[in-house]
Amino acid sequence: MKNEIKIQIRVPNQTRYLSLIGKIGENLVREICRLQNNKDSFAHNLNVVLTEAMSNAIKHANVADPDKEVQIHINVTAKELGVKVYDSGQGFDLNSIPCPAFDSDCLNETGRGIFIIRSLMDSVVYRKLKCGNVLEMKKILR
Amino acid sequence: MNLKTEANGNRMIIFVREERLDAHNSEDLKAEMNRLFATGSKELIVDLKDVRFIDSSGLGVLVSGFKNASTRQGSLKLASLQTQVKSMFELTRLHRVFDIFQTVDEALDS
Repeated sequence: MKNEIKIQIRVPNQTRYLSLIGKIGENLVREICRLQNNKDSFAHNLNVVLTEAMSNAIKHANVADPDKEVQIHINVTAKELGVKVYDSGQGFDLNSIPCPAFDSDCLNETGRGIFIIRSLMDSVVYRKLKCGNVLEMKKILR
Repeated sequence: MNLKTEANGNRMIIFVREERLDAHNSEDLKAEMNRLFATGSKELIVDLKDVRFIDSSGLGVLVSGFKNASTRQGSLKLASLQTQVKSMFELTRLHRVFDIFQTVDEALDS
């Protein structure tokens, strides 16, 4: 496990923990990417990605059941930063979520979360597991 | 959620006094905007000076307010966006939708 960081967090399926999880990711990037030019932007982006992914798991996959839980795994190597968000719900079809249209007439109130994650990460995959689902996101570290 | 609403003529200014506007608290802002619309207000300014983080739920609530104001031939203007918040509007192209001002005073003068 040389030069590798693994963080595993388990929190109740409640939006009150979004800030905690987002800030853990943001602080992690500030610590490990001290020499990176775009550190502040990357740190903020990871806060956004964790918030969106966890929010998605709470609202769409776990159907806002406060007795369920969300697991978040963050794995950092020299080459990439990986985030996995596990839910224990029915899940959803990642590809069925429409991309928000970008003309000024498009004023949808929802549907931007997955688009934002896809914009900020290099790869995004949603897989069904034996007990639940996992949203896997990776960012190449340059 | 810590909100403060002030009247300035026929315009209502909502100061969002939170570091984050996200899926946990954004419905409170929606409720406050809906309360103002229900009492006849249709010119709203939302001050985001204290907000350093916004997610898709926060953006969605502001879109909801924008549509609600437009339906009433009114407006919803935004003021005092921090850099990271502004970047989220740009990422989702919503900066093309909203009138965004440096300060509340500029929004009031518009």
